[in-house]
Amino acid sequence: MAAAGDVFLPEVGAGKLHVLAVDDSHVDRKVIERLLKISSCQVTVVESGSRALQYLGLDGEKSSIGFDSVKVNLIMTDYSMPGMTGYELLKKIKESSVFREVPVVVMSSENILTRIDSCLEEGAEEFLLKPVKLSDVKRVTDFIMKGEGKKGVKKSHKRSRSDDYSPPSSSSSSSISTAFSSVSHPCDLSLPASPSSALLSKKTRLSI
Amino acid sequence: MDKIHSLRQVAAIKHSLFEQGYLDEQFIQLEELQDDANPNFVEEIVTLYYRDSSRLITNLDQTLERNPLDFNKLDTIMHQFKGSSSSIGAKKVKAECTLFREYCRARNGEGCRRSFQQMKKEYATLRKKLETYFQMARQAGPKETAFRPK
Repeated sequence: MAAAGDVFLPEVGAGKLHVLAVDDSHVDRKVIERLLKISSCQVTVVESGSRALQYLGLDGEKSSIGFDSVKVNLIMTDYSMPGMTGYELLKKIKESSVFREVPVVVMSSENILTRIDSCLEEGAEEFLLKPVKLSDVKRVTDFIMKGEGKKGVKKSHKRSRSDDYSPPSSSSSSSISTAFSSVSHPCDLSLPASPSSALLSKKTRLSI
Repeated sequence: MDKIHSLRQVAAIKHSLFEQGYLDEQFIQLEELQDDANPNFVEEIVTLYYRDSSRLITNLDQTLERNPLDFNKLDTIMHQFKGSSSSIGAKKVKAECTLFREYCRARNGEGCRRSFQQMKKEYATLRKKLETYFQMARQAGPKETAFRPK
């Protein structure tokens, strides 16, 4: 995965990404944990947004002074959760000075464009349709690894459309991301047959 | 020769589960996550699914007893149930969940009750079939996941 010249900083402990996964479904937690372990990640799984905030130290319980914040390279969260939704969790993370640069991926079984749009607008790295596949996780983690290795590149939490991200070689992608510069706006996407929306997999069903 | 026969039986059961629409691609995705260190991952996930979802079914049963029906609550519970069912590749169960949610949105209590009964049938049938499948797979030993149904 590492190209010559890439520098892996100590934060990415021994080349492994530390991923925090959030999902209220026990089955889905077990699956995402397995997917991430196979993708060579260190995994912490929690069952709710509030537990995630607790883990990150963002629940207001600990004082920011002297608190050694936990190092997380990626957060993957389910969207529909009781209590705090994945969207609300995303917002809290992006509001935090410590964690706003951590990429957040939102997962959902429902392919609702307004939902996808608001998550991406709020700074989500990617939106994955459930059930999440190994290829989705590998693609995301590979991408994050490259990003972590090139710390010189400044990344804002609101991705710009022109970010140079090379699309995955695999054609079956069940995610929608602002990284694809061929798309002007997720809501503008028309029928899957058109070339501009080639990035959508056959799994996504647009209700346009 | 015995082993070959067992492997063929396992492949046949698996093939029919797919042919008859009980399982979808997601089940294969899960099988591909198995390795020597985690040879029973799918069975573990399925066991977890049946344990967790029984709680949701009880919840749905109770919520369907109420008068008037709380369709929003029914839909919310079913959304969770559908999610887990989808995660293990339970195709027929998932289809019944979708139908149930449509009846919820249409505020059709009778439709909800009917599709719930049907869903429970599919759920029970799948459970039996998967139990048989896992039992045979364990007897046949590793390599059964090498058979990928068409």
